[in-house]
Amino acid sequence: MKKSHICKILNINNPIEGIYDVIVSFPASAMPGQFIHILCGGDTLLRRPISICDSGDGWLRFVYQVRGKGTKLLSQYKEGDSLDILGPLGVGFNFSKKGDGVPVVVGGGIGIFPLLKLSKALSGKTQSILGFRTKDLIVMKDEFDACSDVCHIATDDGSYGTKGFVTDILEEVVKNNNVTSIYSCGPVPMMKGVKQIAEKYNIYCQLSMEQRMGCGIGACAVCTCRSHGENVKVCQQGPVFDAQDLDL
Amino acid sequence: MNTKVNIAGVTLNNPIVTASGTFGNGWETGQYFNLSELGAICVKAITLKPKEGNPSPRIAEVTAGILNSVGLQNPGVEHFLTYDVPNLKRYDTKIIANISGSSIEENEEIATVLGDSVDLIELNISCPNVKEGGVAFGTDCGMVAEITKKVKAKCKVPLIVKLSPNVTNISEIAKSAENAGADALSLINTLYGMKIDVKSRRPVLARNAGGFSGPAIKPVAVRMVWEVAKAVKVPLIGMGGVMNGEDVAEFMIAGATAVATGTANLVTPDASLTIKNEFLKFMSDNNIDDVNELIGSIRENQL
Repeated sequence: MKKSHICKILNINNPIEGIYDVIVSFPASAMPGQFIHILCGGDTLLRRPISICDSGDGWLRFVYQVRGKGTKLLSQYKEGDSLDILGPLGVGFNFSKKGDGVPVVVGGGIGIFPLLKLSKALSGKTQSILGFRTKDLIVMKDEFDACSDVCHIATDDGSYGTKGFVTDILEEVVKNNNVTSIYSCGPVPMMKGVKQIAEKYNIYCQLSMEQRMGCGIGACAVCTCRSHGENVKVCQQGPVFDAQDLDL
Repeated sequence: MNTKVNIAGVTLNNPIVTASGTFGNGWETGQYFNLSELGAICVKAITLKPKEGNPSPRIAEVTAGILNSVGLQNPGVEHFLTYDVPNLKRYDTKIIANISGSSIEENEEIATVLGDSVDLIELNISCPNVKEGGVAFGTDCGMVAEITKKVKAKCKVPLIVKLSPNVTNISEIAKSAENAGADALSLINTLYGMKIDVKSRRPVLARNAGGFSGPAIKPVAVRMVWEVAKAVKVPLIGMGGVMNGEDVAEFMIAGATAVATGTANLVTPDASLTIKNEFLKFMSDNNIDDVNELIGSIRENQL
């Protein structure tokens, strides 16, 4: 039987204000793109779904931004404390369809975190394209550099890397390389742009969706997104979907 | 120790039931614990044809509770019969089919199609999240009587009518359902609530308002079970914010024969098993040999 895990916090980093990078002990193995569902304690009731950034034998890493009450409470835990974690949950990235060419990962803001484990799992010729609002919000560039052939950075204000959108860089990368797969996570407008480029150039594309969740296992049907005109469950049928199946 | 209870002639191995819509149809939760541990499983609302439900976000957390507006998303009764019923029958538990048609006729038809494939039928006249049907049936005594009578006539298994708390006098509604032939009553469905994001000034739920559940509503639910238990003779399934074994005891003392877990199932998939085990421990700690001695055993203060 599956069960929730009581996981000890092994390490916490706070690379920039409001972003926490946590490593916990974890007994199960996870696929890139899956998520965990964490009890935050205090007067929160529901768990909070957080994407898996990386994992290995006996450990799991997740990175999150303090957004509301649950993540605020989560940020108050210290190394050595334990967390009640359900997971790994959901359907992760499918890289069996990546083809023989260059895979590209495209992340926007906190959407970059689930892409790290994926980038490590893809071949060394991966190109990553990461977008941030401004230079001060750039995180994990070194790690993406290490597992990518090229790591492109875009900032909205041009304070670092290319000024503008990740989708502008994506189109250039697609034009200049034999790109056979694109994987993306970030704000919906950004992923909409990614999907359009993938369709324009006929490239296999997967997107990781976000939604307010309840149970996280597919029982309560609250976290839906649209697929071919129907509501599908983000937690169970996703969070990663083939872009062609999503109505964005 | 006897844990068996009887709902309209149907024996439940124990009084723990899962509330409709909080437990799926057992596929997912069945991966976390043996569903035979439950007295009964009340499945997600069933309509005649597939229903796509409401736009997202469909959930918001509030203090000690949640708001939801799923809107009865389900693949329809035929899918339920061919796909879910055989799976649920593998377990030593009772199946309650929650039917949520948008008209009296649709509910009659669903009940007819279900026949005796399930152990009990729960008629949902209290969903706050749909335009047609749902709570529109459940707030008027005449309407409650009419729909109960007509659907009961089509039922081959005992009929439970699920009551809304969003009424002026729930005892009157309960009596109308009982007089029209309801074999049991379940209460309460969700209260109608709302949460607004003060920065964007927008409701968090896409549908603006939705069903409020969780521990915050438990006192309202307990009071309503207590009132209805005094007004009717049929057995009651009590629910509303049950989070632990003592909550189960509280509902039974107020007058419930069985007790449903709801929001707790969204927190941890095996919450109902934990709650059941806590309740059994409560029984043994308090030398309760027969669970039935709890039902309606409240020692009311004399005024």
